[in-house]
Amino acid sequence: MAIKVRIPTPLQKLTKDKDVVECDAKDIKGLIEELGKAFPGLGERICDESGKIRRFLNIYVNDEDIRFLEMDKTALKNGDEVSIIPAIAGG
Amino acid sequence: MGFVKGLKCRECGRHYPKEVLYVCEYCFGPLEVVYNYEKIKEALTKETIASRPANLWRYRELLPIDGKPTDGLNSGFTPLVKAKNLAKALGVEELYIKDDSVDHPTLSFKDRVVAVALSKAKEFGFHTVACASTGNLANSVASQAAAARLESYIFIPADLEMGKIIGTLIYKPTLVAVEGNYDEVNRLCSQVASKYKWAFVNINIRPYYAEGSKTYGYEILEQLGWSAPRHIVVPCAGGSLITKIWKAIREFKEIGLIDSYKTRMYAAQAEGCAPIVNAIKEKSDIIKPVRPRTIAKSLAIGNPADGFYAASAVRESGGWADAVTDEEIVEAIKLLAQTEGIFTETAGGVTLGAAKKLIESGRIPKDESIVICITGNGLKTQEAVMDKIGRAIKIKPTLSSFEEKVRG
Repeated sequence: MAIKVRIPTPLQKLTKDKDVVECDAKDIKGLIEELGKAFPGLGERICDESGKIRRFLNIYVNDEDIRFLEMDKTALKNGDEVSIIPAIAGG
Repeated sequence: MGFVKGLKCRECGRHYPKEVLYVCEYCFGPLEVVYNYEKIKEALTKETIASRPANLWRYRELLPIDGKPTDGLNSGFTPLVKAKNLAKALGVEELYIKDDSVDHPTLSFKDRVVAVALSKAKEFGFHTVACASTGNLANSVASQAAAARLESYIFIPADLEMGKIIGTLIYKPTLVAVEGNYDEVNRLCSQVASKYKWAFVNINIRPYYAEGSKTYGYEILEQLGWSAPRHIVVPCAGGSLITKIWKAIREFKEIGLIDSYKTRMYAAQAEGCAPIVNAIKEKSDIIKPVRPRTIAKSLAIGNPADGFYAASAVRESGGWADAVTDEEIVEAIKLLAQTEGIFTETAGGVTLGAAKKLIESGRIPKDESIVICITGNGLKTQEAVMDKIGRAIKIKPTLSSFEEKVRG
């Protein structure tokens, strides 16, 4: 069983309109690399030129924000659910 | 009129037209209004500003509307109080309170952003306005929407102070109390905003709305005789106000209304909700969200949208940050009231409490000019101080009772 990744609506054009895709990776960094290979163009939408996750994209592993875990070094295992969600304006 | 060129992503720099847009479709960064400063420089002089009525629209060329302002025509231009007694209490030489606890019509700085938001919402043709709020914005949107004959939907966390709930309901909006904290209210509102064609002032017209906060900064500079203070202490919730005051200073320099500035910006938060202060102190680029626990409910935003930019403004300016406990908030509210006669809400207690710590720790020197930003009114958060300010002395209506109980 692979890792399930939820893709936000604005990025679904790049995943052939799929809102959930499957992927194998050891950690978040690896996951983003794999997604970039499987769906050309997706990598640079998630990370900036220096390879950092874009500031206004939040990533959750099983509903926990990776800013509370180990950022892009957060480990993944089969069966995990990863959500990519644009930050919310407001306040 | 028409000094706005368009919108631009703060992150990747992509340009967008001046429409109802707020997020970059490429990198998800927030969009910001871009002005033609060359043209503004020609149109806006000190004399022009000084000749206009004392409200926030005296800086209208630097605000993102195309037509004439329609809302908040009496908002802004609040007093900059030279706080001599408080200065003495804190052991500093030159101290000012920028007092938006008396902003018109709802006694907080949110009257500024709502004035701009509603004027812009009308230009876009909206008939309904809405917001996610920790209270002050709720009051202001409900009030100004009533005056503008617009329908309004206001979303708040269910546990707000009574003053903020009554101060909203009186204007007859649709008030929705959400079982959750502000960040959850905000999340819900972004879903509502994408489904209903309403002007959510702090979501889909946020780039325009947020510009209204700059007028708080412009006024400080004008009221100091077209000069910038050395230190400004600002309360932070979403982080927008401090970002916009910093922008106001740089814009005034850009168009030549001030010659120079050496201003340092300082962020103030409650210890129970200090994601911005933490990032500044840890010198980190990452704003870690928190679950708020503080009596300063108007600042209880655990996942601040402009947190990164607030921390950047502090860093760029060479400022610093501090956080205060609930007890320190109450003590500071009392100190401001008992030295300057100004009754501020919990957020003001946070700002003064943090300023006091920054002065005591030597971060803010005692011999340079300091402005403390008081953004809300104490009558709205009476619960915070109710049991901590003594009681009235009860007597019979006789002179002997007075002398016995009061003078005895």
